[in-house]
Amino acid sequence: MKSVEELKAIREKALKEISIRDNENKIRIVVGMATCGIAAGAKSVMNAFAEELAKRNINNATVSMTGCIGICRLEPIAEVIGVDGEKTTYVKLDAEKARRIVAEHIVNQKPVVEYTIGEAEK
Amino acid sequence: MIYRSHVLVCNGTGCVSSKSPDLMAKMEELLVANGIENEVKIIKTGCFGLCEKGPILVIYPEGATYCNVSVDDIEEIVNEHLVKGRIVKRLLLGDKEAEDVSKSRDNVGFFAKQKRIALRNCGVINPENIEEYIAHDGYLALAKAVTEMTPAEVIAEITKSGLRGRGGAGFPVGRKWQFAAQEVSDQKYVCCNADEGDPGAFMDRSILEGDPHSVIEAMAIAGYAIGANQGYIYVRAEYPIAVERLNIAIKQAHEYGLLGKNIFNTDFSFNLELRLGAGAFVCGEETALMTSIEGNRGEPRTRPPFPAVKGLWGKPTLLNNVETYANIPVILLKGADWFSSIGTEKSKGTKVFAIGGKIHNTGLVEIPMGTTLREVVYDIGGGIPNGKKFKAAQTGGPSGGCIPADHLDIPIDYDNLLEIGSMMGSGGMIIMDEDTCMVDIAKFFLEFTVDESCGKCPPCRIGTKRMLEILDRITQGKGEEGDIEKLEALAESINKGALCGLGQTAPNPVLSTLKFFRDEYEAHVKDKKCPAGVCTALLNYVIIADKCKGCSLCARKCPVNAISGEVKKPYVIDQDKCIKCGVCMESCKFAAIEKK
Amino acid sequence: MSEFVTLTIDGKEVKAPKGATVLEAAKSAGIHIPTLCFLKDINEIGACRMCIVDVGARSFQAACAYPVSEGLNVITNSPKIRETRRVTLELILSNHDRECLTCVRSQNCELQKLAKELNVKDIRYEGENQEFPIDDLSPSIVRDPNKCVLCRRCVSVCNEVQSVGAIGVVDRGFNSTVSSPFNFALNDTPCVNCGQCIVVCPVGALYEKSSVEKVWDALANEDLHVVVQTAPAVRAALGEEFGYPIGTRVTGKMVAALKRLGFAKVFDTDTAADLTIMEEGTELVERIKNNGKLPLITSCSPGWIKFCEHNYPDMLDNLSSCKSPQNMFGAVLKSYYAEKMGIDPSKIFVVSVMPCTAKKFEAGRPELASTGYPDVDEVITTRELAQMIKEAGIDFMNLPDEQFDDPMGEATGAGVIFGATGGVMEAALRSVPYLLTGKDDENIDIKVVRGVEDFKEAELEVNGIKIKAAVVHGLGNARKLLDKIRSGEAEYHFIEVMACPGGCVNGGGQPIQPASVRNETDLRTERAKAIYEEDEAMTIRRSHQNPRVLKMYEEYFEKPGSEKSHKLLHTHYVARENYPEN
Repeated sequence: MKSVEELKAIREKALKEISIRDNENKIRIVVGMATCGIAAGAKSVMNAFAEELAKRNINNATVSMTGCIGICRLEPIAEVIGVDGEKTTYVKLDAEKARRIVAEHIVNQKPVVEYTIGEAEK
Repeated sequence: MIYRSHVLVCNGTGCVSSKSPDLMAKMEELLVANGIENEVKIIKTGCFGLCEKGPILVIYPEGATYCNVSVDDIEEIVNEHLVKGRIVKRLLLGDKEAEDVSKSRDNVGFFAKQKRIALRNCGVINPENIEEYIAHDGYLALAKAVTEMTPAEVIAEITKSGLRGRGGAGFPVGRKWQFAAQEVSDQKYVCCNADEGDPGAFMDRSILEGDPHSVIEAMAIAGYAIGANQGYIYVRAEYPIAVERLNIAIKQAHEYGLLGKNIFNTDFSFNLELRLGAGAFVCGEETALMTSIEGNRGEPRTRPPFPAVKGLWGKPTLLNNVETYANIPVILLKGADWFSSIGTEKSKGTKVFAIGGKIHNTGLVEIPMGTTLREVVYDIGGGIPNGKKFKAAQTGGPSGGCIPADHLDIPIDYDNLLEIGSMMGSGGMIIMDEDTCMVDIAKFFLEFTVDESCGKCPPCRIGTKRMLEILDRITQGKGEEGDIEKLEALAESINKGALCGLGQTAPNPVLSTLKFFRDEYEAHVKDKKCPAGVCTALLNYVIIADKCKGCSLCARKCPVNAISGEVKKPYVIDQDKCIKCGVCMESCKFAAIEKK
Repeated sequence: MSEFVTLTIDGKEVKAPKGATVLEAAKSAGIHIPTLCFLKDINEIGACRMCIVDVGARSFQAACAYPVSEGLNVITNSPKIRETRRVTLELILSNHDRECLTCVRSQNCELQKLAKELNVKDIRYEGENQEFPIDDLSPSIVRDPNKCVLCRRCVSVCNEVQSVGAIGVVDRGFNSTVSSPFNFALNDTPCVNCGQCIVVCPVGALYEKSSVEKVWDALANEDLHVVVQTAPAVRAALGEEFGYPIGTRVTGKMVAALKRLGFAKVFDTDTAADLTIMEEGTELVERIKNNGKLPLITSCSPGWIKFCEHNYPDMLDNLSSCKSPQNMFGAVLKSYYAEKMGIDPSKIFVVSVMPCTAKKFEAGRPELASTGYPDVDEVITTRELAQMIKEAGIDFMNLPDEQFDDPMGEATGAGVIFGATGGVMEAALRSVPYLLTGKDDENIDIKVVRGVEDFKEAELEVNGIKIKAAVVHGLGNARKLLDKIRSGEAEYHFIEVMACPGGCVNGGGQPIQPASVRNETDLRTERAKAIYEEDEAMTIRRSHQNPRVLKMYEEYFEKPGSEKSHKLLHTHYVARENYPEN
């Protein structure tokens, strides 16, 4: 180890890898992964969220799974739960939509209204 | 590789012996079967503390803590949680219905009242991966020390923090470092005492298993502070997992240039080696430990000269224990003021205790100094099982003493414990309920000391043996008038006359039980009774005629045919034949048999 | 000079050099502190807790190890201190074989004395008293662990001073004992039989394997011609057993006593020492002249020989092939003397009185029987001789001085100084110039090799030949020197090694002086004085001038190094394993 900077660089890299274990003050993206969700393609959505967060070095959001949310016809479904607890439900997702949600909702704090359950049910 | 889920599996000795490696293997197998081995990562981690509920695993990002997990549960966890995202509520630790699963364990008092400083990374990181330690600010304190601080500043910070040695006597750490720093010598050493020996204590093991780098980093800091370039960790060979993790950690630290030459491109170099001890209790005594490292029979020598002046191979040596070191990096990073804001006036920070005995939550807890014994027993420990009454807590191991119920509200710190005749020691805490015989407990600890005495000085070698012989006599119902006084006189002479701290404190378990439970001793000696019903020689099993239905079950169960009678009439136990095994009492369906 | 500090002991202001112990400071102030395990320079470990004092610490501290410091306030005597010491002593006694009347150390026992001093009237804390088997398989040393108080003086002397390591503390706690590795009999260890453990033992846990009864039996056997030889160091210490001050030379009374004990002849081993110088000096000269194996190392000390066989088997060729004086004398008695006197050598019974326990082992070496009979039949130590004199009711102090017997009684000053470290070297250097050139160097007192320094050197130049000599005593010192020679760090022509610190005067068979004496008096120096005094008093002080020795060569051995002398006066050595293989 030749410098403190070197140490800090390793620290940043490692932090990214373990950020999943820290859910204090973080936005949580919860993907419905029951049979219905998986059948509708929730797994690729899930992976897309995870990859996009990693690609963008986002440390303040985690992806996790949950069971059946109850509206199977709208699967794949994901909920984005803000630090303040405010919940946005996205429905009929695919990998592409997931990446856009990361870019707009997580990074720029602008929910992608068109994918939300409210819009879908209109 | 980015994983969507991390499964942290406790790999402390406790959980390993309750089969956590089997859980990992099974899970590995099922992840592959489900095709999610590239999405879910299994990580070995250190002790979570609540060994009672082991094996424990935690799944992130949900933060779900599963306890008492068996191999058979793994399939459900994989299928439900990892594949479908459904929490397996029945295995959750604490509040199974918690809205936020990561908070389920918060209503477990065991965790709520703790403050984890020394154990900060145990159960959080993979101890075999230096980068996870670095992610948790690892080696930043070393970086800060060698690049921004002078050795004197490091020592000043440690001194200011008020940190005291966690190994037993509670000597101020900063002063110890100062003594070693002020010696002028061509060679100095830094040693770590990882020869944890108190019965029941395992905090040092847990730190070494769960967070070995914290000790390595602290020793390097100490080396910088006192001017030493070589360190030794003296660890008992009976801690194979700790030894393995330390070896891995030392190797990694070398690879990352955090040990070795010119650390952080400065003039400071530091090397570290392990020395394995064979597990003699006395080798936890600092001079004996060094004698053992030198390759000789581990025996204490007289002090002065103290190790700071003449230690290993006659060179100035700094010796601290594992838990003490584990506090050092945090103190440097967060500052002495932060550290000294925790705890009591003269005892700063936290202390790790290994709670065992008659208590619900056995395990490892780290509490701020000043937490009361009541909080430890009832809030953290979950109280006494089977509705029994708390009788006493034993702290300080074989050098310590018993704290009776009257003192439950004592804030735990070095000085309070000393004042009531016990001591902090390395942090063993054994809880005893009303069924515990205090003479028997004193005997247990003395047996340990007699067994572990090195034999160098007569007060300990012969004196403790004589005390044990007297206690043996007393518990056998052969106690004589004057035996208690003999115990006291011997205890006094051993305390004043023995060579090392272990010998001097060896009589403490007897003295402290005598202080608080003298009536129990007297009952044994004068009335030939064991009030707690423990000392078999002093109790008889009797059949209460009114309650006996004459079913003959006890007579049939008795291994020595000591019970006789006519069916449907009260049976009788022949006391001359009875070997007091207690089988009759256990088998009686009518509670007609009592110990008296 | 050293700095001084001022401290208070029992209210008295005391000045003591920095680095001194409380025990030393108290002693200088006339304050006595009882000790048991303490033995100056050998065992200063504070183990026995007899010398505890109050220095204001939480517990009492051992005065023998506690350093003085400026302003230190020491209390050596208070009810609590006295009681603690007494309890500790009672504890020791409670686990001690208290058959004092029949103990070898009865009336010369430091424990007994301490019990009296501390006024132990009864033992309040009786309990298990362990029983151990007695190890008496060694020809030299008996160990009785039942008497042992674990003071560890023997362990220190064996490990630190002698670097032999045949004994140590094994097991722990109440079960700790001093024992050999793996609990082997001492006989099956690298023990060299030096007996230093015996002379430091405060109690009767270590003593020599007695030959007294065997000698009595021989003396009573009318078929035997029982002769005795006495080593030079015996006369320098025997008096101590009869109340003479240390360092009193009692040669004449010793001879008189031996005659009264019934020995047919009383000879002086010094004669054989002179013979040794002739043989060994010649060996040295030949090795130097013929580029033989150097350095040549002396072979008089049987402890040293066994040490070398165990530890330096690669250097056995460096050892002089000369037998020790004891065995040379035995061989001479059973050959030359037997022939001259017309006695069947099988009827000659040779007893030697030695300051040494290793001589007992040496006498039993199978190769030391070149006449077909053992060179020496029995060896008794100085202590055993004193025992016999007392047993025979001889009033030693009132004996007249008598002379050694002819025809073997004549010796030189060179022979007598064999008893002290440096003596063999000095004796050799007195003769080497003559052996090289036929002329004596005028220098007779070679004082550089005398004294108790660990390591001494001398250089001699004769006819352009430089001889570099070194002297070490104590096997720890020998090890240091030999390691240097092995590594090539040091080079010498001739080396004298004596196993015991100070040489034979401080041998393991010499009278036992308690720590109270040894801490104040350097036995090595005081006893050596008697030796050098006898040397000075001699008219002939060079071995090659001993008329008896010259006559022996003339009548029997022809010349030093002759075939006959090789057969009778020389020997060989064997590399030894440290422990039995199974």
